[in-house]
Amino acid sequence: MNRGSFAAAGTGGPVGRTFEARARALLARPEVRRNLAAAMDRSAVLRQRAFEGVDLGALRAAGEAIRAHTVARLDRHLARWAERAEARGTRVFFAADAGEAVAYVLEVARRRGVRLAVKGKSMISEEVGLNRALEEAGVEVVETDLGEHIQQLAGEPPAHITVPAVHRSRAEVRDLFARAYRAELPDEDPAHLTRFAREVLRERFLAADLGITGVNFAVAETGSIVIVTNEGNGRMCSSLPPVHVALMGMERVVPSFRELAVLLPLLTGSATGQRVTTYVNVVNGPRGPEEPDGPEELHVVVLDNGRSRILRTRYRSILHCIRCGACLNVCPVFRQVGGLAYGSPYGGPIGAVLAPLLEGFDRAGDLPWASSLCGACTEVCPVRIPLHEHLVALRADVARARAAGLERRAFRWWARAWASPGSYGLLARLARFAQRPFVRAGRIPRAPFPLSRWTRGRDLPPVARRTFRERWRRGGVKGGA
Amino acid sequence: MVDPPRRVALFATCLVDLAAPEIAEASASLLRAAGLQVDVPEAATCCGQPWWTSGFPGEARRVARGALQAFEAAEAVVVPSGSCAAMVRASYPRLFAGTGDEGRARALAARTHELSSFLVDVLGAEGSGGRFEARVAYHDGCHGLRELGLGRQARRLLAGIEGVELVEIDPPVACCGFGGTFSLRFPQLAEAIADDEIARLEAAEAEVVAAGDPGCLLHLGGRASRRGSRVRFLHLAVLLALARRLA
Repeated sequence: MNRGSFAAAGTGGPVGRTFEARARALLARPEVRRNLAAAMDRSAVLRQRAFEGVDLGALRAAGEAIRAHTVARLDRHLARWAERAEARGTRVFFAADAGEAVAYVLEVARRRGVRLAVKGKSMISEEVGLNRALEEAGVEVVETDLGEHIQQLAGEPPAHITVPAVHRSRAEVRDLFARAYRAELPDEDPAHLTRFAREVLRERFLAADLGITGVNFAVAETGSIVIVTNEGNGRMCSSLPPVHVALMGMERVVPSFRELAVLLPLLTGSATGQRVTTYVNVVNGPRGPEEPDGPEELHVVVLDNGRSRILRTRYRSILHCIRCGACLNVCPVFRQVGGLAYGSPYGGPIGAVLAPLLEGFDRAGDLPWASSLCGACTEVCPVRIPLHEHLVALRADVARARAAGLERRAFRWWARAWASPGSYGLLARLARFAQRPFVRAGRIPRAPFPLSRWTRGRDLPPVARRTFRERWRRGGVKGGA
Repeated sequence: MVDPPRRVALFATCLVDLAAPEIAEASASLLRAAGLQVDVPEAATCCGQPWWTSGFPGEARRVARGALQAFEAAEAVVVPSGSCAAMVRASYPRLFAGTGDEGRARALAARTHELSSFLVDVLGAEGSGGRFEARVAYHDGCHGLRELGLGRQARRLLAGIEGVELVEIDPPVACCGFGGTFSLRFPQLAEAIADDEIARLEAAEAEVVAAGDPGCLLHLGGRASRRGSRVRFLHLAVLLALARRLA
């Protein structure tokens, strides 16, 4: 296999600079919708089963309290964690932004003469664009999480926080493997596909000079990092290569194992519907003098990249997120298009809040509108982040910063008209007159802009011959005034 | 509420007033049939939600002040829309937080009721009565469901109608894709979400879909009509009034 095969095998991510353009491109791929719907339905059943017999309300409240308490004193918990981690030989680097994080990892790779890096799942690596930077520096990067590996072969970024290839079918995966590895794959049985991936990945694990992983939790009391996976690839990446670099957002810290005991089942139950995942790796440091295995060096990069700015805003609770992905799984918008529509590593409701705050309104300012505000995200969030309320608040902030003049004027004008019963009634009468050429059999099948955006796929009811107010005033309402 | 009120104000919200006046008529009839005197203050045109969810809270307050003023004297306000009722009850306190109207907004929120909740929770209606022959599915509007805890009230009212066969959708709760201006910003996406819900309703072999939300009805009904679906969409109030020959 050569690296060029990644891009060659792929269909590429959706293009487009706006959520709407990307969503439209994805809606044109019916298999995406089909695969997502099946996966989301399955996840709902599994999640419900995982929390059966559990007082989920109390557990969520406890999760929220722990996260709120920790994030409110993040500097103290982080300092304590870093001190203990360093005492065990872990090298801790606080990166102020993506550039610093990437530069640090590149320097480690250069110093150690790294040619091949194996990677476990890491959203932070996506956030800072680590793969591209390493590859430009001549380091081959192999994603080892099965879903991430599939996405890498397809030349697409991950489409989901915890299930990167959620929008793909088994048949697509088989075809991707067959093309990328020029291999004969007789069927699309997931067990066979997984075995195939395991075989090709095993030699990469053994050959790698560097292992890169994410971090699910950093335990302050012991200076440990915790990596939660189902495939064991996180453990391979963190223990086989001579150097392990772990990347974490600065908010991943928990005070002690006591809090971890609450958050871990909330994470696994919400993410994959498991009471516990197959692997929960607690890494306490690099290989000790008496220890037979483990990496010679362990580096943990702690990324700020805008998080301490968010801490001081009304969106602070977005940093409580434990990255379970449950809000994606219940979101009616995500269900239709998946994570690639969001154009950010973070999709779904959490991404629609987090991406504009981290990446700026110019890049991701349209994401807060990518929601019907149904509130399913808030209802499911294991640490009770009021996601849909954040979306509403963020819309106001984005509108203040960059709403187009025309849009602002239109909304202002509409509010002025609607605020007084007189002008409201006048507008109703005007609309009734103006709609005449468009009404067909009691419906409006085609309306001019902006309502054309409605009638392209939906019929519109006309303004009634008499509005309710007009009927009420005339006393024409049965049992009325 | 200890004593049910004798006189209520009906909030004929903009969508109902302009495009579906039969919903407000049916609501008024149901309230009068319950022995209440009904007022319709004209100054309340709209709850202000389109501005609130579009990022223009200042404009939302401007419109919502009409409602604050119009319902100042009302003992209870009844809204035949789960989403608009949720706007008043759940979002007004946030919309007016820190302004001089915060107290009035909180007071109005506490006096405001969505129609099915008012009939069941305040007036204590057991079942609605009357007769309506159909397989009926109830579509839960997201805001009523999640911000007001609605759903069981409408189902109880429907179950009390002779001839109604209440069918459940699988899954029982799903967004219709309306989302206010969301449906104009992302039409293809909104249509796709509606298609999923219409497919579920058709799979449940529902003949009539009742909902407490004019927005959901506008969206699902508009999409179903365009696609030539045979499912009929009715507001809960209209169905209840039809069953009791009040409409």
